[in-house]
Amino acid sequence: MNFDILFASVLNGLTTGAVYALVALGLTLIYGVLHIINFAHGAALMVALYGVYGLKTVFGIDPYLALPIMVPAMFVLGYVLQRGVINRASHGKDENILLVTLGLAIVLENLALLAFKSDTRTIDTAYTLTTVQLGPAFIALPKVIAFFGALLACAVLLTLVTRTDLGRAIRAVAKEKLGAKLMGIDVDHVYAMSFGIGLACLGAAACFLLPAYYVNPQVGSGFVLVAFTIVVLGGMGSFAGALLGGLLIGVVESLGGLFLGESLGQIGIFAIFIAVLLFRPTGLFGARA
Amino acid sequence: MARDLTGIVIFALAVIALTLLLSSGVWLNALMMTLYAALLALAWNLLGGFGGQFSFGHALFFGTGAYASAVAQVAHGVNAWAALALAIVAAAAVGAFVGALAFRYGLKGSYFALVTLAFAEVFRILALSAGFTGGGVGMMLPLNESIANLQFGSRRGYVALMLGCVVAALITTAWLRHSRFGARLQAVRDNEDAARAVGVDPYRIKLGATVASAAFMGAAGAFYLQVFQYIDPGIAFGPHVSVEALVGAIVGGMGTLWGPVLGAALLHALGEATRNLFGQLPGLNLVIYGSVLVMIVLFMPRGLAGLGAWRRNERGRHG
Amino acid sequence: MADALLELTGVSVAFGGLRAVQDVSLRLMPGTLGALIGPNGAGKTTLFALISGFLKPDRGRLVFDGHDITGQAPHQNARRGLSRTFQIVQPFAAQTVRENIAVGAHLHESGRAAALAEAERVAARVGLAAQLDKPAADLTVSARKRLELARALATRPKLLLLDEVLAGLNPQEVAEMIPVVKAIAAGGITVLMIEHVMQAVMHLAQHVWVLAQGRLIAEGSPAAVTRDPHVIEAYLGPGAAARLQAA
Repeated sequence: MNFDILFASVLNGLTTGAVYALVALGLTLIYGVLHIINFAHGAALMVALYGVYGLKTVFGIDPYLALPIMVPAMFVLGYVLQRGVINRASHGKDENILLVTLGLAIVLENLALLAFKSDTRTIDTAYTLTTVQLGPAFIALPKVIAFFGALLACAVLLTLVTRTDLGRAIRAVAKEKLGAKLMGIDVDHVYAMSFGIGLACLGAAACFLLPAYYVNPQVGSGFVLVAFTIVVLGGMGSFAGALLGGLLIGVVESLGGLFLGESLGQIGIFAIFIAVLLFRPTGLFGARA
Repeated sequence: MARDLTGIVIFALAVIALTLLLSSGVWLNALMMTLYAALLALAWNLLGGFGGQFSFGHALFFGTGAYASAVAQVAHGVNAWAALALAIVAAAAVGAFVGALAFRYGLKGSYFALVTLAFAEVFRILALSAGFTGGGVGMMLPLNESIANLQFGSRRGYVALMLGCVVAALITTAWLRHSRFGARLQAVRDNEDAARAVGVDPYRIKLGATVASAAFMGAAGAFYLQVFQYIDPGIAFGPHVSVEALVGAIVGGMGTLWGPVLGAALLHALGEATRNLFGQLPGLNLVIYGSVLVMIVLFMPRGLAGLGAWRRNERGRHG
Repeated sequence: MADALLELTGVSVAFGGLRAVQDVSLRLMPGTLGALIGPNGAGKTTLFALISGFLKPDRGRLVFDGHDITGQAPHQNARRGLSRTFQIVQPFAAQTVRENIAVGAHLHESGRAAALAEAERVAARVGLAAQLDKPAADLTVSARKRLELARALATRPKLLLLDEVLAGLNPQEVAEMIPVVKAIAAGGITVLMIEHVMQAVMHLAQHVWVLAQGRLIAEGSPAAVTRDPHVIEAYLGPGAAARLQAA
């Protein structure tokens, strides 16, 4: 095994992993605050990707320039979905949330299938084919941008959660809902805000992802299990865990693909997922099971 | 129990009468597919409705049954009926394996849903990559009409087969409602610690329910193969079957006897109606299923059958 | 020396740094009604969890009816005749009173009809006969406590652990519940109850154990234990015993 090929594979894995981390961060926030597994996360990413695609093909807006449009748009979508549908559907039982987010995922995915057929679409930009040389490896420029962009987005999210009033409210609700309510915090609003932020992360992720990747209606389900794996691996509620978990999974997927071929390589991720669920559900860093 | 069995007998007789009266291939097909959907929902209901363990990857067992039957018949010339039995056993074995793993490590709720989803995906990828399953191309069952080959010229034969499976599933469900095993299973669903305190071993109970549920899914998978004479990784282990199974049960009413049958019938009717209105569009069916699921969870979480139960409870409170 | 029904030797469990139960040894004789008292947070419910098998001890041995049950699961203990109720009642909310109790009855009855019939009989013993078809979710607190009791009774236990069965009941309901508990003990079942309602403890218990900060600090007859200065100080603080003496 050539070191150069290995090196390139690891670097590619890291760039993909950073975007995975951004996707997983949103999911971690949602789980950490609302204590729900958002099965619609992958479908929402798919919607965001189509959004970025549409902005580029219809309005000619470059994906990176679309960030200030996509992030708020996805935020609003998340807020409305949570407040309007998911919150109402829970009737106080967690299993209902499982089912309603699954239902939303099915609807979104298949609406996309109806609207766009199962064609895989990509976009062409000036820099899609440019590569950057890092040591012996040539990495596609969009992937390098994705890496730094995702890290930046993670940093912004972390700052938001740790240093703002909203972030404090979010952390309070996450830790002790009743106490937060007694302190005057509007828990329903915080729930919706958290869900909105979680989906906003997807908006950002989509902008970074599309130039280096593609979109079709099934792309979401591919991401959803990977995102869950990262969240569980990183520790259900730990941001640092999700970040490191994302990078790790990205590398595992890349190396797995290198040694086992694309489809079998995916199994590595699921094997890790199942193993973590069974043996260490608190993850590598997590505090809650 | 007697009441439930009477209901099942009446149902069976009604279906038989319908089969004999109908001559249109289209209607017989609709009847057959509704029974098939009912079987999926009934199977899911055993574990999800009565056991409270929501599997989001139930296609795992369906696909195992389908492929077991396909490989047995195509690669080893096994008789179709024997292959059906093999499919059931194989699916039950996979059910035992996944159940043992999941419950030994105490997986519940979302975690259990996730792990079933993960296993279904793993099997899909394996089926895609393995040689003996035909890879992405899938497997075809050669046409060879005869009862011995479980291939029927008219849909009537398949309806009969499906009815047999559905009746078996209904009887199993009725048994759950009137047996110690069923009482213990529902106790574990409603409050696992309380159940443990009165002598119930949650692991064995949940495992038993998983195996039974998986066995019926395996039968459904083998049935699919016989009717459509084709199976591939996406159909076998993909989300369509998993979703159909769970939405049917939930819409109809989890943990009830007739809920899954009602739910399957409703969804199938909806699917047909939209197909007539809009044509055969990819994804339309699942949009309907997903929307119905969301609506039901929002407004009628106990499903259609739950409506009756709710009214009975209300009367009991005031009466 | 007669054989104890339940014998604990040096049982301890810790959660992280918190030593919830420390070196507890006790012998509970068959056919008696014992009480486990102590201030809040003393570890009483934790001790019940250890005895019934919901928790595994870090150290020590538990012997029930001649069998070593250390580390056994709750359902195994239930099958041996060791049943418990929960401090916060745990009904099968969606099921009726009859169905709830029947789950307990099924420990010894494999037939559904037999279990349901047994459930009716047990319900009558605790005064729930009129509410057999009510969903458990619709019951009052007092009725739920009785249901909890009935379900455990239906398992035909040799030893019944009652965790604060009187908590949350008004004085009238307490007065109604005490004879029920007395009748259970009179029927030959050994009972160990965690209780804060002292009137019940004094009235019912033949032997009392006092737990404070995870340790057994006193045991004896109710009268002896309530006069013990260590016990008084555990509840009222250091120096309280002397102050009470002086007063």
